[in-house]
Amino acid sequence: MALLEVKNLQVRVEEREILHGLTLTVEEGQVHAIMGPNGSGKSTLSHVIAGKPGYEVTGGEILFKGEDLLAMEPEERAAKGVFLAFQYPVEIPGVATMTFLRTALNAQRKARGEGEFSTPEFLKKVREVAGSLGIPQEMLKRGVNVGFSGGEKKRNEVLQMALFQPSLCILDEMDSGLDIDALRVASEGVNALRSPQRSMVVITHYQRLLDYIVPDVVHVMAKGRVVKSGGKELALELEATGYAQYTEAAA
Amino acid sequence: MTVVATKTDGQAASAFQAARSRLPGAAAVAEQRQAAFDNYTRQGLPHRRVEDWKYTDLRVLMREVLPLAAAPDHAHLARAADALQLHAIDGVRRLVLVDGVFVADLSDLAELEPGLSIRPLREVLEAGEALDDRWPAPDTADAMVAFNAALMTDGVVIEVGADITLQRPLQIVHVAAATEPASIVTRSLLRVGQNATATLVESFVAADGSTRYQLHDALHVTIAEGGRLDHLRLNEDAIDAFHIASLFASLHGQARYNACALTTGGGVSRYQGFVRFNGDGAEVTANGVNLLNGTQHADTTLFLDHAVPHCVSREVFRAVLDGRAHSVFQGRIMVRPHAQKTDAKMMTRALLLSDEAEADNKPELEIFADDVTCGHGATTGALDDTLLFYLRARGLPEKEAQALLIQAFIGEAIESIVDDQLRALAIAVGERWLEARA
Repeated sequence: MALLEVKNLQVRVEEREILHGLTLTVEEGQVHAIMGPNGSGKSTLSHVIAGKPGYEVTGGEILFKGEDLLAMEPEERAAKGVFLAFQYPVEIPGVATMTFLRTALNAQRKARGEGEFSTPEFLKKVREVAGSLGIPQEMLKRGVNVGFSGGEKKRNEVLQMALFQPSLCILDEMDSGLDIDALRVASEGVNALRSPQRSMVVITHYQRLLDYIVPDVVHVMAKGRVVKSGGKELALELEATGYAQYTEAAA
Repeated sequence: MTVVATKTDGQAASAFQAARSRLPGAAAVAEQRQAAFDNYTRQGLPHRRVEDWKYTDLRVLMREVLPLAAAPDHAHLARAADALQLHAIDGVRRLVLVDGVFVADLSDLAELEPGLSIRPLREVLEAGEALDDRWPAPDTADAMVAFNAALMTDGVVIEVGADITLQRPLQIVHVAAATEPASIVTRSLLRVGQNATATLVESFVAADGSTRYQLHDALHVTIAEGGRLDHLRLNEDAIDAFHIASLFASLHGQARYNACALTTGGGVSRYQGFVRFNGDGAEVTANGVNLLNGTQHADTTLFLDHAVPHCVSREVFRAVLDGRAHSVFQGRIMVRPHAQKTDAKMMTRALLLSDEAEADNKPELEIFADDVTCGHGATTGALDDTLLFYLRARGLPEKEAQALLIQAFIGEAIESIVDDQLRALAIAVGERWLEARA
């Protein structure tokens, strides 16, 4: 059984259909890249998988570990192991990062019927991971993402991934707004989390990110569908030829 | 001018007549009471055409004036004692007023620190001490202040001598325990001496089984040169209580006044603060939080009078409103002509959790000096959906996500509380409110 199966998914936002029957299968332990031009529906797909309100699914289904993901609230999906790394992580003034991390982790554990993490154990874990990502302790005391640079916000997303240990990570345009050094640090963090038990869907506009996070499978999305799938060489091909052939073919 | 006598005018007159003989105070005090009552009668209950009371029209919200509460009997005191247990705070020196009467037996008057004096207001009035000598009369013609001055029954008069640093916070607890509908009218005074430091907690609670009541309170605060007062005010009155309270604070040179007022109780409540800078270099923080639900109405009105140069004032006000609740914040900053280098900032924000809740924010600046830094702002809005989704996507159930954001929202007003225990207490008030809502 595949970890994630998206079957013939149709999604509308208000009156406009964005996804017109998208199908995607991600096996356990694989890293998939989804590439495509602006407006092809890449971010919509990531939002629908995570359960963001405001999208109407008019057809198709999403199965996660064989279960109907669309029937679950966003928090249930998180507890089951779905993690969306946001393109634009939000700032939450007044909620200390440490408090947020602990509250979220314990909410997930509670939903799974596991006991709460003890505080010293939790602190140790956070320090360890934060250290490896180059996140200073001082940042953990500040409000969530408040005053963080673009790179720090993305590293904070990776920190959460490392703490929550999800089985599916969706990275929505992780490279946007990052310079080359920040991109390298964040990618190293992601690569450290690659495991046979964890799948990743890397959504990106540019091939550049895939030099750092090397995918097993590459999909090209255009006009709300997956129009081509292949190996990592497909990404390089795209870099040379651009998206034009796909947008024309899909039209 | 035509004076229209309303039902409440008659009720107020009979309450005053009936209580008169047992109101404490020598002849001079009785005269002051009569003058205050005449003042009240001339004005009647404040209504929407009185600008300061625009959003809290007592002719609509206060349908009756209840007779003055009887002195608490044994059963009332026993129930008050239970309520005190429930609201106990570790380490404070507790001073208790039950139905507007100071109760020494429930208060902690043992081993007063040197330089600390605590007396019931009744005793001070009966000794014939005129209050105006040491506590300047409030500079307001407000009708409800006059009502309080006419009918004040008791209160606490506290003096902290020069250079004294009180180790234990003082707590004035107002307990409503009456089983007959009643008015409770109190006035307390706190003088912080030169370079002295004190912490005051005011709590307003109801005992189990108490009936509906109307509480009228006033607090005079004087902080002498270099003195400091930290003040936490918790209105946790019964949900159908009527609560009108005034603060008169006067600060001398280099004085510090750091206050935070939380309102979760009361059906209709108004807290009006009159803060006056009388000496250079004084600083005031006057924050507040209203957490309201159902049909609650709470009004916080502040007047900051920068009468002298080089003073600083900060107000951070937050309202969180559910159901059909109505919160009012009015803040007026006055900078008088020679009050140069005034630094005054006021920010009020309301969070609406339901479509039917209402927030009125009215910050005002009146500046007559030309070298000042002043600012104010007001916002009203709902919880941010993007933030909520982020938290839910990280595993927090919707109510928990909301609670976390609401706590952060009110945290901006509460974080000014210096004492760790009292800040935790204020946070716990917010948590209880959120739990009750869930």
